[in-house]
Amino acid sequence: MLAFDFFGATEGGLFDINATLPLMAIQVVALTYILNSLFFKPVGKVVEKREKFVSNNITDAKNKLLEVEKLEADLLIQLQSARFEAQKIVNEAENESDKLYKEALELANNEANASKEKARLDIENQTSSAREQLFKQADDLSDLIVNRLILEK
Amino acid sequence: MFLNSLPTNFAALEVGQHLYWQIGNIRLHGQVFLTSWILLGALLVFISLGTKKMENDPKGLQNLLEFLWDYIRDLARTQIGEKVYRDWMPFIGTLFLFVFISNWGGALIPWKLIKLPSGELGAPTADINTTIALALLVSLSYFYAGLSNKGWRYFEYYVHPTPIMLPFKILEDFTKPLSLSFRLFGNILADELVVGVLVFLVPLVLPIPVMFLGLFTSAIQALIFATLAAYYIGEAVEEHH
Repeated sequence: MLAFDFFGATEGGLFDINATLPLMAIQVVALTYILNSLFFKPVGKVVEKREKFVSNNITDAKNKLLEVEKLEADLLIQLQSARFEAQKIVNEAENESDKLYKEALELANNEANASKEKARLDIENQTSSAREQLFKQADDLSDLIVNRLILEK
Repeated sequence: MFLNSLPTNFAALEVGQHLYWQIGNIRLHGQVFLTSWILLGALLVFISLGTKKMENDPKGLQNLLEFLWDYIRDLARTQIGEKVYRDWMPFIGTLFLFVFISNWGGALIPWKLIKLPSGELGAPTADINTTIALALLVSLSYFYAGLSNKGWRYFEYYVHPTPIMLPFKILEDFTKPLSLSFRLFGNILADELVVGVLVFLVPLVLPIPVMFLGLFTSAIQALIFATLAAYYIGEAVEEHH
């Protein structure tokens, strides 16, 4: 039964080559066309459509990301300049208030000094006038005493 | 012979027995066509079910078919090249699918349960006629691919890089189909025989690992056949300067 006839065997054998060969070839060629129209074309269409869709979406997303990054960079610059501006304004305001404070302080000091000086002058005047009066009274009194002593003599 | 005379008829080894169909003057191996028609019918049903309602979000069978398509495209694209792989993808894919379902169908379906008057059903690729047919188709394809893509310049390939290569390149045109057909034929037939002998000797458990090995071999052989076919076509259309 383990017939092992080579080419040229008339009946049976492992290497019995006959019309099966060309018919099988025709069958495979036919299968190629059938599978092409039933399988490769329709599936390919769907897969390639989806691949296109996905790659389009990826490109879109990349473009959007680029735009967003640009906008972000713009905003960052704006934010920095705004911060700088704000810092400047705060500094100016601080300086201004400092100046105003100093001025007010100086003014108040001057005023206080002026009124102190005036008070001191007042006191001095009054003291000297009181002293003069006292001297005058003392003189009068001494005159009076001298006169009275002379008269009694 | 003694194999058939044994009382336990779990398995009998039949090698080189065919179911002959006589049509006029020509004789065919009926069992090869029977199994191939059953398997191809199953494949076509499977594919038409999977492609019946194609959606943009694939589900179920469509997923599997798309995976298969992608796999075949990658195979064709890596071997043939970006430029012409599209033309040859259906052919490479058909070879792969045909060899694959033939091998696996031959190994997985218990054909022995169906009695034939002579011969037995089995993998169509275990018949030399099938594998030679496939190999010759590959040969014709790469000649056609080379001639249609490069015209007469295709024959520069034979003297590339030096004319010393000419006899070897001519020899290659014969060894390519020979090795393609005999590799596939030998592997599948040997696999069937090994399983058959083991089942005959030890009907339980022991053949199972060998059957799994057979499935592995079958898949690998399908991949090898399709890859080599694609490689030969790629070689024929390749532009070398």
